[in-house]
Amino acid sequence: MWYYEKKLQYPVKVTECNPRLAKYLIEQYGGADGELSAALRYLNQRYSIPDKVIGLLTDIGTEEFAHLEMIATMIYKLTKDATPEQMKEAGLGAHYANHDHALYYNNAAGSPWTATYIQAKGDPIADLYEDIAAEEKARATYQWIINMSDDPCLNDSLKFLREREVVHSQRFREAVEILKFEKDRKQFF
Amino acid sequence: MNNPPKAATERYELMEKIQMVDFALVELTLYLDTHPNDSQAIQQFNELAVQSRDLKAIYEKHFGPLRQYGGSFSGYPWNWKDSPWPWQL
Repeated sequence: MWYYEKKLQYPVKVTECNPRLAKYLIEQYGGADGELSAALRYLNQRYSIPDKVIGLLTDIGTEEFAHLEMIATMIYKLTKDATPEQMKEAGLGAHYANHDHALYYNNAAGSPWTATYIQAKGDPIADLYEDIAAEEKARATYQWIINMSDDPCLNDSLKFLREREVVHSQRFREAVEILKFEKDRKQFF
Repeated sequence: MNNPPKAATERYELMEKIQMVDFALVELTLYLDTHPNDSQAIQQFNELAVQSRDLKAIYEKHFGPLRQYGGSFSGYPWNWKDSPWPWQL
């Protein structure tokens, strides 16, 4: 089971109300390479992956939920004081019409999250390569958002998340090597 | 709970300390998942686990429980459900 802890993994501060930035950040909330996709992808792949890497998928999958909460906090803080007019100007008019100031799992363009974003092939190498690719795509997305953001407080938290993608990718690459080593070792007997 | 400004600052500072120690624990966990024989990393992990537990005990005494479902003790009245939640801080 899981236990909630009343703390963010890393502090999230924003300089000012900025619904335009929130609109872009939604990509990492309910987008294809976002944190929800990541958490659900890894925690679902665990059941059919070799025992040697179940721990890693469990731990990275769990960390992704902490990242999801950080992204939610950013979006919440960037939009909570926005007027309907400001939401409209930021391109969030359609979002406001449907959700007011509520968060929703869709991407920056407004498409709702879908399970087709994630895969589980039952083949450990195929699954881990998908996971490595997902981390690299998420890293790139964070970079594009940082490039468009002029909020230094927000960028500090986004850089933390960008670096976590790098570390996760590295750990998944090591998991591939562990499985390859196991496979080669077994062939000798 | 209405904290005077000084308590708010102390809360942030203590929380930041916890976040630092717990981040090192997350990072060591993932590292050890793929490097299970690194005894120095395991020693560091166990030392930080004690630090984390102690810091949380101090935090909880002043600002209420951090951990759900019995991970922390409750005050009276039940204070787990009290604001602020992490995104409200």
